[in-house]
Amino acid sequence: MAESTTRGIEKVAERAARATPPGMARRFSGLSDKAVAWLFIGPTLVLLLAINIFPLIWTVYLSFTNYKANRAARGYEFIGLRNYERVLTDSDIWQTLQVTAHFLIWTMTLQVILGFALAWLINKQFKGHGFWTTIILLPMMLSPAVVGNFWTFLYQPQIGLFNYVIAFFGGIEPSSFQMLGDVNLAPWAIVIVDTWMWTPYIMLICLAGLRSIPDYIYEAAEVDRASKWRQFWSITLPMVLPFLMLAVLFRVIENFKMFDLVVELTSGGPGSITELASINLKREAFEKWRTGYSSAFAIILFVTVFGVANIYVKALNKVKQR
Amino acid sequence: MSLDRETETPSLLSRFLRLRRGPWENLATVIIAVGVFMLMQPFALSLFTYSFVTILTGTVMFIIVSHFPE
Repeated sequence: MAESTTRGIEKVAERAARATPPGMARRFSGLSDKAVAWLFIGPTLVLLLAINIFPLIWTVYLSFTNYKANRAARGYEFIGLRNYERVLTDSDIWQTLQVTAHFLIWTMTLQVILGFALAWLINKQFKGHGFWTTIILLPMMLSPAVVGNFWTFLYQPQIGLFNYVIAFFGGIEPSSFQMLGDVNLAPWAIVIVDTWMWTPYIMLICLAGLRSIPDYIYEAAEVDRASKWRQFWSITLPMVLPFLMLAVLFRVIENFKMFDLVVELTSGGPGSITELASINLKREAFEKWRTGYSSAFAIILFVTVFGVANIYVKALNKVKQR
Repeated sequence: MSLDRETETPSLLSRFLRLRRGPWENLATVIIAVGVFMLMQPFALSLFTYSFVTILTGTVMFIIVSHFPE
């Protein structure tokens, strides 16, 4: 049986060798394994450089110029650090970063608490937990455009279900408040939607962490008569922490760049109360056409995310070593 | 006496001067964290103005010191 398989493979190899044009065979025969490997990964590397690295370098270059993409024919001048100076003294940009901070802090706090609590519940393996896991994961699978669209309907003061639920429990008129139109409520409206959509992601990663804890550790703790509370602080939390931190890292980076969901819900309004940094960046780049200025802003955001990612990777390694 | 000298905890300055990864990485991390706080705080525009330089310093420092020996 094995002999016939080997013979079959040999036949296929022979056929492939015969089918290879002699010119190509001659060209490849003199190359080392390393050279052939480079030959294969070369096109991918070139593509990566063209798609990822070149735009980054080009953006850095543009951030030192007064280039305007809608007046490309006019040319541009090198203006040094003036764009950075303007961005970092602009009170509107400062305002958008405060809005981003509010969004980040509240979404991450709520998502970590709810995500961990849900994972804790699902991990109890009650009857039908598989079904409930699927239901809970549904929002995460939807497109942000779809989520933004239907939450806009849910938040409608006249017909929206959200207002009716609040009215039912709060004893107020459903049309007496507007989640998306009120300057005090709109920042919370986007926090609620992002939390609804991305809590399942944190839950999923926490669940993986909880399931990776071997039962014998809890059994040993029970032999030592450790309370449930003690088991949680000394076993569960430290062992889930690397997973949780990874999830938080991904969500912090994603939410720092949040654009689509908020544009669909409020477009940054009312006024600029929900205008996150990325929405402002898009306005500067493609509505005001200040390409050089927006490039400088983009580089500032990039360096910030890069710095935060460094801190997190370091923290993650530390937790893993424990 | 010699045992005492070996087990003695080195001072903060000498730990930095030995160019080891740990303390320098901690310093870079603190600088980045301070920079991010300066970028997003609602208290003073001047802090926001100097936030990018702080984050950039911390990030470049982090990249350099992560190549130091453990």
